[in-house]
Amino acid sequence: MLILSGKGGTGKTTIASAFIKLSNAKAYADCDIDAPNLHLVTGWNSQVKKTDYYGLPKAEINLELCNNCGQCRQNCRFDAIKSDPDYKVDPFACEGCGVCEYVCPVGAITLKPAVAGELMLYSDEEKVFSTAQLKMGSGTSGMLVSEVKKQMRSSAGKVELAIIDGSPGIGCPVIASLSGVDMVLIVAEPSISGISDMEHIINTAAKFGTKTAVCINKYDTNIENTEKIEEYCKKQRLSYIGKIPFDSNAVKAINNGQTIVDIDCTSGSAVKEVYHKTINLLFEKDSD
Amino acid sequence: MLDFMDTEAINMKIAVLSGKGGTGKTLVSVNLAAVAKKSTYIDCDVEEPNGHLFLKPEEILEETISVKIPMVNNELCSGCRKCVDFCKFNALASIKNKLIVFEDVCHSCGGCILVCPQKALTEKEKVIGKIQKGISGEVTVWTGILNTGEATGIPIIKKLLANNASVEQLTFIDCPPGSACIVMESIKDADYCVLVAEPTLFGVHNLNMVYELVKLFNKPFGVVLNKCLEEENPAERFCLEKNIKILGRIPFDNDLGTLNSNSEIVINKNEKYRELFSSLLDTVIEEVQHKTIANS
Repeated sequence: MLILSGKGGTGKTTIASAFIKLSNAKAYADCDIDAPNLHLVTGWNSQVKKTDYYGLPKAEINLELCNNCGQCRQNCRFDAIKSDPDYKVDPFACEGCGVCEYVCPVGAITLKPAVAGELMLYSDEEKVFSTAQLKMGSGTSGMLVSEVKKQMRSSAGKVELAIIDGSPGIGCPVIASLSGVDMVLIVAEPSISGISDMEHIINTAAKFGTKTAVCINKYDTNIENTEKIEEYCKKQRLSYIGKIPFDSNAVKAINNGQTIVDIDCTSGSAVKEVYHKTINLLFEKDSD
Repeated sequence: MLDFMDTEAINMKIAVLSGKGGTGKTLVSVNLAAVAKKSTYIDCDVEEPNGHLFLKPEEILEETISVKIPMVNNELCSGCRKCVDFCKFNALASIKNKLIVFEDVCHSCGGCILVCPQKALTEKEKVIGKIQKGISGEVTVWTGILNTGEATGIPIIKKLLANNASVEQLTFIDCPPGSACIVMESIKDADYCVLVAEPTLFGVHNLNMVYELVKLFNKPFGVVLNKCLEEENPAERFCLEKNIKILGRIPFDNDLGTLNSNSEIVINKNEKYRELFSSLLDTVIEEVQHKTIANS
């Protein structure tokens, strides 16, 4: 099961961490590799296993061989080659496509492997938690998301329920996180921006044909918009599985490194209800 | 007060970013743009653009953005697989001697066209989204919109910023969340970065990431603390520890939350917030001028 939202800050990680606690999930992952946070509230103290993640290689120019012909710069679609006056590759712009290496008439350019992030795996006898951190300014984030999921699958083996915390947006990391999941839970926020983003992410998930359910977080911050979301779900025939109130205790719990179901609070009891409905939906046989 | 200052003469690009989503980037950038009156607002969060919902621009001009995707002429293709071997993104496959292009993973590098000995590959345009330009009061509003199902909005951001490269005006760039390639692209041309942080452990963790990013790019920056509560603020503590300039504080406030969740420009609805954003803008402009002098 994957948790997404489109808009950031609607409460994906807060809800994911509560679900993990409630389900005692054997396997879970944080696919928000650009800004991962789930590790902050899942209470792992054990040693983490870190592996460098190599993205696509980056081009490097050997200035001793370079004859300043400019072919590489003309052919690079990513404006990654600068000349001031020596030819140089901007590693942040380079996507590792290899065109410059191919066009260089004197063989001055080679592609060198480059670390684009770090995969992290926490595990004990009972459960595994897979996460990663993308290196700043790196691309290829979709590939790292796939690696996070692969790492979770290979170390957890077959489990009944795996919970994946997704990233905001609708681009490559989100698309990569969608592949192979059975259900998406969308955490919506009752603001006009939140609704707009929710519609985007629902459309994206629909392209993959994934079963989708919606819950509303901080619903009482704008009752009118909450009703609009409920209305929208009804119209789109989406499973609407409940709402969670704004709760300042939630902030306190998170800042203490706890989940909202670790303490007795209104948002905690609401999320329990959402959880049970989600699980029922996830494991029910498709009726159609 | 800035209302009496000549903001028209100011030409600077200010990027607003945050690492974590939902901390208030759009709140800060649209209100700064609105309070500055004559200004430009660019929404680089092309995956989920929201600024236009607040500024409600009119007289919208639209331009579609496309990328180049290879197209194969099967009569010329000899099945040599040179393009398949070359493509680092696995966007080409040869199945039963028929070449297939996976458009979604193509990075438009043009390599396959170069390597094809038969000249069987040409390029076609594929629309991935659009940019819109509109007017909201005295604010020029640019919005980039990525189509759903598309992987990267970078070409859209490039176009948005290229169109505004020579605009001599106070410009606010509303960035996407995170610190990946897409954010980097958005702050590349910025003179100053405003980091918006919320007072949670998550907020601090992600603030630290964008902090590292702006340092890496050697951009002058300061922090706006949003959703401040009475309690201890971990984001504020972070700023004090790292000796980061705090540009302003926005309290956690139900009125503000409601206005903002209804996509209102809060400075137009509430005098208290007009003053808050006005003095925030003053501080930002002073900071930029100070930093520019210090760096020159």
